[in-house]
Amino acid sequence: MNGHPNNTISHTSPVLPFVIVIMARILSISRPQITRILRAGLPIAFALGIVIVLNSLIIGMLGQNVLEVYRILVLSAFGSLDDFGYVLFNATPLIFTGLAVTIAFKCGLFNIGCEGQLYVGGFAAAWVGFHFNFPAIILIPLCVLAAMVAGAGWAAVAGILKAKFGVHEVINTIMMNFIAIALTSYLVAEIYQEAGQMTPQTPPISDTAHLPRIATFLAFIPKSNPLNVAFLLALLVTLFCQFFLKRTQYGYELKLVGDAPEVATYGGVHVGAVTVWTMMLSGAIASLAGVWDVMGYRHRFLDNFSPGFGYTGIAAALLGRNHPYAVLFAAILLGALNKGALDVEIWTNVPRELFLIIQAVLILCLASIQFKWHAGPLSKTT
Amino acid sequence: MSTPLALAGLGGVYSERSGVVNIALEGIMLISAFGYVIGTSASGSAWAGLLIGIGFGTAIALVHAIASISFRADQIVSGVAINFLAIGVTEFLNRKATSPRVEGLTQWNLPLFGSYSCLVYITLLLTVGTHVFLFKTPWGLRLRAAGESTEALNMLGLSRARWQYIGVMASGVLAGLGGCFLASEAHYFTKGITAGRGYVALAAVIFGNWTPYKTAAACLLFGFANALQLESRWQIPSQLLQCLPYLLTMVVLVGVIGKSKPPASLGK
Repeated sequence: MNGHPNNTISHTSPVLPFVIVIMARILSISRPQITRILRAGLPIAFALGIVIVLNSLIIGMLGQNVLEVYRILVLSAFGSLDDFGYVLFNATPLIFTGLAVTIAFKCGLFNIGCEGQLYVGGFAAAWVGFHFNFPAIILIPLCVLAAMVAGAGWAAVAGILKAKFGVHEVINTIMMNFIAIALTSYLVAEIYQEAGQMTPQTPPISDTAHLPRIATFLAFIPKSNPLNVAFLLALLVTLFCQFFLKRTQYGYELKLVGDAPEVATYGGVHVGAVTVWTMMLSGAIASLAGVWDVMGYRHRFLDNFSPGFGYTGIAAALLGRNHPYAVLFAAILLGALNKGALDVEIWTNVPRELFLIIQAVLILCLASIQFKWHAGPLSKTT
Repeated sequence: MSTPLALAGLGGVYSERSGVVNIALEGIMLISAFGYVIGTSASGSAWAGLLIGIGFGTAIALVHAIASISFRADQIVSGVAINFLAIGVTEFLNRKATSPRVEGLTQWNLPLFGSYSCLVYITLLLTVGTHVFLFKTPWGLRLRAAGESTEALNMLGLSRARWQYIGVMASGVLAGLGGCFLASEAHYFTKGITAGRGYVALAAVIFGNWTPYKTAAACLLFGFANALQLESRWQIPSQLLQCLPYLLTMVVLVGVIGKSKPPASLGK
């Protein structure tokens, strides 16, 4: 939390175009692609602008120094390596849910059910984690696998109902969020409550199921920094999503069903099957946000642990325009906002709930400006 | 138990009949429940609270209308954003777990019916009123035309957008009333007071085939499922009973899809 970011920004701004071109060369992006990326970025910049103006107005109305709040926000996120580690730590679950929403969006499905999927996923990971005590090399993959299977299975219900009966996934995934939260709440309170504790939580998972912290491999990160290998997993999943959507036949079928279901049917793609496995894939990725909490943060399942990671994932997906790499950055940005909001609340009296409003306005602006997603009425019959 | 659902459901009928998917019912209910509590505790009068609650609901419905009609945002994405907005605004303004206790609305004691909040009776009237408006008046016909056939409206030289605005605003008023009812019965505001009732109401609209009477009847069914939670005679854990309305919603939707017909240009 020291240093003046303003100086460096004004220094680099004339160099920025060159940096973009050189970066593009390195990533072997052609000139028309740069224009396309800039064109895609413009509405997003516009939406972010609206949000920043609105945010400043609200902060101003609260009688706070707007610049001071932004300074805290930026320093809290990027002020030091330790701070940035916390940002990436906060962003990890959002990367998972953002990618999960993205994968579903690409197939024309709106998965609002990430919240429920990460709850059942997190619970499955915790259940395996506190029942078994294998060496880490076996237990960690086993827990992750259990979470992914649970998340995929939970999401599959909405997929099957859509594919078989044509019930729109939006209402079903929302209903299943409520059910997942109530169900895990029941399991924690009535069956797996940790003895002698008032907090509704399960017993801790085995030490061998803890995800190692990055600080244990990289000496320059402070030992107290909670950033763990879940973040590396998030990077891997981002790469996987990009590869899957761009380079595989399954990814192609998924996008075809999203863009033109009739064409897909005509081309011999089984739309129903694609719908179901897309939801399962989406649910499996979303469940990793639960893994992050259970195995990388609290090391147990805490009732009602998620502050809405599944919903923030929607903002990340929209902000990243459903492009995996961009979603990664959008999630990190939201993670930074999330952490920044906490610090702002500590240093000034701007409540962190402002972040919720900002996020909603951001989604509204993005949806109003550019986002056209292939969809029908809520009760579309397939 | 069914009254807030039925009010939101009727709101959903107006909005969806005009061709706008209104998943924002949940957010409208939440923010107007909050408005009711603020208004009542500030003015001391439940009626003033009711007006302010409806005002809040209508205002947020207007945001949904602007985004989804004027800016042609995806209606579902916009609706979801409205729900987040309502959560954000209420939590921002009400940072304690619960609000101060406020008065409820007047209870009317009618012979034959017994003593219920006046909104229960008003809801019955509104159900009939909605039916009459939608199916017996030229305005109702126009509103339905906005959801069925844009060409017909265009030929008459009428603005589709205007009727859609009216539909969405009407849903703001009605779902707003529903939210006020929730707060009035509970006597306070707490986060999650709506508990997904807006979504359940939307399911009731689909189940009710987009007609006021059937939607209200569907809400009775869902209200019954909700009321079962209060039944403590059985040895069923409360968390599992909580799931019941949501499960019922899913089951009902599976059963009804294909038999129930949405307005032709809903969501477009």
